[in-house]
Amino acid sequence: MAERSFKAEVEHLRKGAGETFTGEGILALTKALLESGVGYVGGYQGAPISHMMDVLSDAEELMAELGIRFEANANEAGAAAMLAASVHYPIRGAVTFKGPVGVNVASDALANLTDSGVNGGALIIVGEDYGEGSSIMQERSHAFAMKSQMWLLDPRPNLQAMVDAVHYGFDMSEATNTPVMMIVRIRSCHVTGTFECRDNRRPALTVKDALKNPQTDFTRVVLPPFTYLHEQDKINNRWPAAEKYITEHKLNEFFGPSGGKTGLIVQGGMYNGVIRALQRMGLADLYGNTEVPIYCLNVAYPLVSSEFLAFCEGKDHVLVVEEGHPEFMEQQLSTYLYRAGSSVKLHGKGILPMGGEYTGQVMLDSLTAFLKIAAPGMLPATVRAPNEDKPQLPDLTKVVPMRPPGFCTGCPERPIFAALKMVQQERGKHQITADIGCHLFGAMPPFYVGGATMGYGLGPAANAAFDGGGERRPISIIGDGGFWHNGLNSSIGNMVFNKSDGLVVVVDNYYSAATGGQDVMSSRAVNDTKATNNPISQAVKGIGVTWVRQIDHTYDVPKLKATITEALTTPEKGPKVIVASSECMLNKQRRERPLKAKAIKEGRRVEAPRFGVDETVCTGDHACMRLSGCPSLGLKHTSDPLRDDPVAWIDQTCVGCGNCGEVADAAVLCPSFYRADVVHNPTGFEKWRAGLRARLISWLARRRAARRLEFPV
Amino acid sequence: MSLHEVLPPHQPDEKLKSIIKVAIYAVGGQGGGVLTGWIEDLARAQGFAAQATSVAGVSQRTGATIYYVEMAPMEGGQPVFSLMPAAGDVDVMIAAEWMEAGRAIIRGFVTPERTTLIASTHRNLAVSEKMVPGDGVADPEAVREAAIQTAKRLFAADYEAVAVKNGSIISSTLFGALAASGALPFPREAFEEAIRQSGGKGIEASIRAFGAGYDAALSGDIGKNEPAPRVTDTPVRGPAKLMAAWEKLMTRVRALPAPVAEMAEHGLRKVVGFQDIAYGTDYLDRLAGVLARDHAPWDLSVQAAKYIANAMCYDDVIRVADLKTRGSRFQRIRGEMGAKDQQLMQLTEFMHPRAEEIAGMLPRKWGARVEANPKSMARLNRWFGHGRRIRTDSFRGYAMLYVLGGMKFWRRRTLRHAQEVAHLEAWLTRAMAEADRNYPLAVELIRCRRLIKGYSDTHARGLSKFDRVLAAIDLVAGRDDAADWARRLREAALKDEEGKDLDGAIQTIQSFL
Repeated sequence: MAERSFKAEVEHLRKGAGETFTGEGILALTKALLESGVGYVGGYQGAPISHMMDVLSDAEELMAELGIRFEANANEAGAAAMLAASVHYPIRGAVTFKGPVGVNVASDALANLTDSGVNGGALIIVGEDYGEGSSIMQERSHAFAMKSQMWLLDPRPNLQAMVDAVHYGFDMSEATNTPVMMIVRIRSCHVTGTFECRDNRRPALTVKDALKNPQTDFTRVVLPPFTYLHEQDKINNRWPAAEKYITEHKLNEFFGPSGGKTGLIVQGGMYNGVIRALQRMGLADLYGNTEVPIYCLNVAYPLVSSEFLAFCEGKDHVLVVEEGHPEFMEQQLSTYLYRAGSSVKLHGKGILPMGGEYTGQVMLDSLTAFLKIAAPGMLPATVRAPNEDKPQLPDLTKVVPMRPPGFCTGCPERPIFAALKMVQQERGKHQITADIGCHLFGAMPPFYVGGATMGYGLGPAANAAFDGGGERRPISIIGDGGFWHNGLNSSIGNMVFNKSDGLVVVVDNYYSAATGGQDVMSSRAVNDTKATNNPISQAVKGIGVTWVRQIDHTYDVPKLKATITEALTTPEKGPKVIVASSECMLNKQRRERPLKAKAIKEGRRVEAPRFGVDETVCTGDHACMRLSGCPSLGLKHTSDPLRDDPVAWIDQTCVGCGNCGEVADAAVLCPSFYRADVVHNPTGFEKWRAGLRARLISWLARRRAARRLEFPV
Repeated sequence: MSLHEVLPPHQPDEKLKSIIKVAIYAVGGQGGGVLTGWIEDLARAQGFAAQATSVAGVSQRTGATIYYVEMAPMEGGQPVFSLMPAAGDVDVMIAAEWMEAGRAIIRGFVTPERTTLIASTHRNLAVSEKMVPGDGVADPEAVREAAIQTAKRLFAADYEAVAVKNGSIISSTLFGALAASGALPFPREAFEEAIRQSGGKGIEASIRAFGAGYDAALSGDIGKNEPAPRVTDTPVRGPAKLMAAWEKLMTRVRALPAPVAEMAEHGLRKVVGFQDIAYGTDYLDRLAGVLARDHAPWDLSVQAAKYIANAMCYDDVIRVADLKTRGSRFQRIRGEMGAKDQQLMQLTEFMHPRAEEIAGMLPRKWGARVEANPKSMARLNRWFGHGRRIRTDSFRGYAMLYVLGGMKFWRRRTLRHAQEVAHLEAWLTRAMAEADRNYPLAVELIRCRRLIKGYSDTHARGLSKFDRVLAAIDLVAGRDDAADWARRLREAALKDEEGKDLDGAIQTIQSFL
């Protein structure tokens, strides 16, 4: 079950023509797919389009009604490969994944798909993970569209524009026999707004029907001599067809006055940011009516030379607003001007920064700088000659701590990293590689476990150079998500084949947790439409690993420590695999909390555990913090003037996972932790026994108190 | 050079002023998404066009998360909204945590011309603050000063505590504070209606917390901490004979110079609580030895009163067992856990004694022999050295700790006591040796006692850091700035676990010797 349920919102996807949809970007995109007569959809989760997979999954029933097939692909390559159905059949298909990392994984299939060309419309919706909130390296998916010659849509970030792009994306794909990639940025995925609905449409040909009448065409196979023909087809037919489609259907937009000596050329996704900067400069009104001409490129690739040159006609200066680097569009547009022998001065990077997100401040500063050069008369006097002294704001940069993401309260992965840290404290530092997923937070303070990460499912593969062994065995970490994405083959298979002597710790939390708790093959949940409950330990044994240990309770730190130590010291050759399994606490709480509440209400006996710290026993050394970092384990200053340092303290968000007690025990930390289990609806015998105990205990306590000085606090 | 267009300078569209820009800084898991949804629904219900965005990638995973809403009255078409806040262009900044308010200020989202800052004063400590062996908690006062300076209006209160008290989460109280701030042109009822319309669970609790947040915002708390009640205000209780003896000790305390007396009373309470009246007498005797060589304003004696008490109250098995079997403890924990009358509570303690602790409990000579013999230590570890979970709500578990906690009569004979006393005397002698030569250095040497804390390995590491700091101080002892170096060394030792900062400080010293 995914982290966020869209069951309620999915009902809005049934809306028809004449109705208005209000909601989030990803839901609007899903609605647009249903309206476009798509025949099959798929993809792989990852921010910022994780929730789109969740929406699709939750909308499976509705899609089935319409004859649409939904596939939760094993990875992005699988998703892209699925679009093969549109090569031969006139069926529209759409897949979604994150960019550029997902596009990296998919690139082999995408290149083949583009080479073959498509008959039915093929749409790849890429959640471009760039800028603030991004969890990956800062690159662009743009390059992939260019190298394979897929068309790239970058619509303005409002719901109507994004929905329209889905519709014309499919049409354009079919008109040009070329797959279309559409990028939506992080904020666009989650932006809210409204758009006018159309009726949902059944595909003219469903994938089920297609199987009745299979089709082949050997000229579409990616093999010579056809590959040479495909290349020529791309250049001679598909490109001109795309240019024609773009200009005829006015996919790119022009705003503002038609003449003028200056102009802005902006990616569709940058439009709102540009307008806001112009608004602040007094050059655009509330509704976006601008006094500076704007050429808005909803199609980021291909760039239509004639359209662009027409816009530049009569202008002295234009500015290209293109986020990210390299500046592919700016380079292309410069070439167009140069080839046309134009004297228009083209600005871009330099005025705008080469890298980094184009925030409000960047946009304002850059547009101001541009207009100072290109049309200073347009700027308000205060901008042209600022004379106000900006007040010096206090500097808090040394005070406010960094707050990177980390393990949640009660996370079952925390004890795994605590154990790994302790083992290293005993046996020395080891060579450790990490993978992609929540467990990568283990590389952060307080654990510092794991360094390089080379990609999803590639943690152990990233240690391959050390497969020959050495003084200490190399360790690698992989999550269940990465394991099924790619890891079983690329990582574990590689280790078996190359007789690696290293250790792999598989962090199995029952879900693809980092992306929002989607099910994977080894998930323990029963899923009506997916085959779950395929144990990872069975898979690694099947691929040839002989030393496999399954740990079903990751909070047992002493056992984890012992098992890791055994793996690092056993004389047995070949890869060692420890599968450490416990359910993601976010998902577990979401599942169990309502059940517990119900049980308590019904009068059944329920134990609710929570941890605490004896303030007087804690010495304020914070050793526990260095093996935990749990959000519910904090510090507080005491009122005792004899104490200098704050003491540990556990707040009410503690879920009683057990890590604190286990770590205190395994690391021989301190006796200040206790676990309190509140027993709801205790049995009669329990109550009687508790009463007896309480009387005996309080008699003892009173006895001692009466014989000594007491200093109540 | 090209010709510039000559256009009259433009004034911004008056209607642009109608856009209200609301940014929310939260820590993952605080319900920032819920709050954003309410604000958006509220605006739409009031006939505004609204747009919300978020960066949700790490929203539940403890990282800093930002949400953003823009709204404007719906008249004459769809406004073009921005998808992210811009520095100097935010009307309402809601920070769901105190350091996040600081982060918003750093980013320039809080400016005196326009920003209403609604910030919760509670702290949700970052890992980097918690890991520090000393006190790594960021300075809340710096943020307070900055908030007062940068915000047009400030509504700061502990909205987290208010939410918890009302059985809800902070999003509700912040929404209440937003209503109270008057930053949005909507009546209070419209806010409450937005909560009701959102459906879902806990609506009543949310409404209650909303009201409490509303009141908290108006009560004018700007992040000041309540002064804590003085520990010594609480009366001492005990049998008459002991009370008489206690009064005698207190007479001695009251005769001390005022600043020393105050600290010494705290110290005396701790020491007598740890052992007995006689131990308290020892404490005052030691302090008297320091005082005899001190002069006003008595810095040395005040510090000695503090750290001698801490040194005398070392953390042995007897102390831990005693603290865990105090009469009030079970009820206090029940209260903290929110256990109701008809509910029971089980209590599990986590103990992991090592051979060192067991040997330390033996009489001095015997214990020393055992400790010197690796075989005996290994045997002790085999017998006792494993993790124990003790149920102190059960009679058996309680009785076991009760017996241990009652072994104070035995304490002064133990090896541990002998070791602690020797260590204390050596440290005090070392510090007092400087009292006449270099008074500030003597004070700093006394303060070095702070380095010793924790149990088992942590305690051992603390001891070794203490030794290294004192050894490094010896290197600079002759210099005029020795006290300054001593302070720097101590602070470095408290920065990180491994002592890298301390290594650096020692290297610096060695470089100029």
